[in-house]
Amino acid sequence: MSDTLIAFDDVLASYDPAMGLEVHVELNTLTKMFCGCPTEFGAAPNTQVCPTCLGLPGAMPVVNRKAVESAIRIGLALNCDIAEWCRFARKNYFYPDMPKNFQTSQYDEPICFDGYMDVDVDGETFRVEIERAHMEEDTGKSLHVGGATGRIHGADHSLVDYNRAGIPLIEIVTKPILGTGAKAPEVARAYVAQLRDLIVALDVSDARMDQGSIRADVNLSLSPKGSGVLGTRTETKNVNSLRSVERAVRYEMSRHAAVLGSGQKILQETRHWHEDTGVTTSGREKSDAEDYRYFPEPDLVPVAPSREWVEELRGTLPENPTARRARLQAEWGFSDLEMRDTVGAGALNVIEQTIAAGTSPQAARKWWLGELARRANEQGLLVDALPVTPADVARVQALVDEGSLNDKLARQVFDGLFAGEGTPDEVVAARGLAIVSDEGALSTAVDNAIAANPDVADKIRDGKVAAAGALIGAVMKEMRGQADAGRVRELILEKLQ
Amino acid sequence: MPEITRDEVAHLANLARIDLSDAELDHLAPQLSVILESVASISGVAGDDVPPTSHALPLTNVFREDVVVPGLTPEQALSGAPEVEEQRFSVPRILGEEA
Ligand SMILES: [Zn+2]
Repeated sequence: MSDTLIAFDDVLASYDPAMGLEVHVELNTLTKMFCGCPTEFGAAPNTQVCPTCLGLPGAMPVVNRKAVESAIRIGLALNCDIAEWCRFARKNYFYPDMPKNFQTSQYDEPICFDGYMDVDVDGETFRVEIERAHMEEDTGKSLHVGGATGRIHGADHSLVDYNRAGIPLIEIVTKPILGTGAKAPEVARAYVAQLRDLIVALDVSDARMDQGSIRADVNLSLSPKGSGVLGTRTETKNVNSLRSVERAVRYEMSRHAAVLGSGQKILQETRHWHEDTGVTTSGREKSDAEDYRYFPEPDLVPVAPSREWVEELRGTLPENPTARRARLQAEWGFSDLEMRDTVGAGALNVIEQTIAAGTSPQAARKWWLGELARRANEQGLLVDALPVTPADVARVQALVDEGSLNDKLARQVFDGLFAGEGTPDEVVAARGLAIVSDEGALSTAVDNAIAANPDVADKIRDGKVAAAGALIGAVMKEMRGQADAGRVRELILEKLQ
Repeated sequence: MPEITRDEVAHLANLARIDLSDAELDHLAPQLSVILESVASISGVAGDDVPPTSHALPLTNVFREDVVVPGLTPEQALSGAPEVEEQRFSVPRILGEEA
């Protein structure tokens, strides 16, 4: 039973979308929020647990200072106020992935509140207001056994691993995002993308959406165009890629419009996003299950960050990623497209470092987005995970600039670097890759090429300079590529004109 | 004065997964009202200069450094589990909800 959908343009003709985004960021602290258990991803099940995170009787939680610091730094980077005093609260619900039968979270006293982030979409800026960012803990992971698809439906029983239970999470909640119209899906995506960049710059999380260290919930409602009356919203859970954020908003807009257009009401409910088919399906209706009976956590004392501490943390904030990008683009003279490709390839840092090591911006871009991006792609790596450093690339380009290497030889140097054969200079020496500048050898090779191709030589003598390419190729072949093609051309023309 | 109705007690019992019979509800609802009233009388004693608190201790900022402390082995962790499979806690299937 698939949903009826309305074409996106028709949705916009009748409705204004309102969005709300809730993003959970799993922090990269070494230990959990309230206990000293390690937080490594992918460990064997139930090997990173203790009485506290298993909720065993008598265990007492103690707050991880680093997690509070990360929460404050995230809040400051999002232009939030930082609470002078706040508490944790118990969010009570029964679910096997939460061994305590409550999640320790924050309720009406979030540590960060009232912030904003300016989001850029195609040169247009949208201000996304941040309602709050609060501290809480992650849940365990359930494996559903017996169901056809690994989902709960049809499962006989579930197997729970509590390694993730208690890992610090920061939940960042926006205020309703209004006035984005047709750009709503892109604004949602750009917000999550910029938030992720900010998290990376702050170095507070692995920020891997594919591993669930950043997870987005998308709230959406439609109101009749121009009415300003917010409609009933749905909450689409666990949208775990940037592309899916955009698709989920677009899908729900089309679905809502179809439901409303047929005179029915939107059910206030949780929806599940299906990455494979690009649709949402109904989850549970909001009801008693949402009555969490929050109350202040009696086992934890309040957090009261001193203003000195907050200012000290403010001093550790990195340059805003958006501002940094604009600065670098101006410094490097990259076009918008070049800059977008650079960011998309995750090559901003390596290119910056390569330029700092003396390479021109265009040459640095050429290597990292061409040859090296291709190799990274083949190996399923990001460019910054390659066994080639910015210093290596800078040295290779320096050798090209001084005429010791051409691009073809440079690529062979990269072969050597990937094979672990040492520094660029060691690879050049060991593989004998330097360009031969021995004029005698070059001259002989040119003579041989002319002798072997008399027809071509005649054409050049007749003034058809374009024919020189064939001779250059022959010379380069004899020189095993280790010649400067420009110099070869000069020699050929000198001899034949 | 706070008063808790029989329906509210039934609702809370359901949220807390406590199965109460009609007779038990009849019996417990008035008792809970008395308890709430007794607790509420504290606010009558506290003056305006006494802020509400959720903690007995006048402490803030009790933190732990981000240093790994050895926890339980999987065998220890699972020793109290009614059922274990693949080094995980085996639990009955959950109806009507999805993770
Ligand atoms: Zn633990």
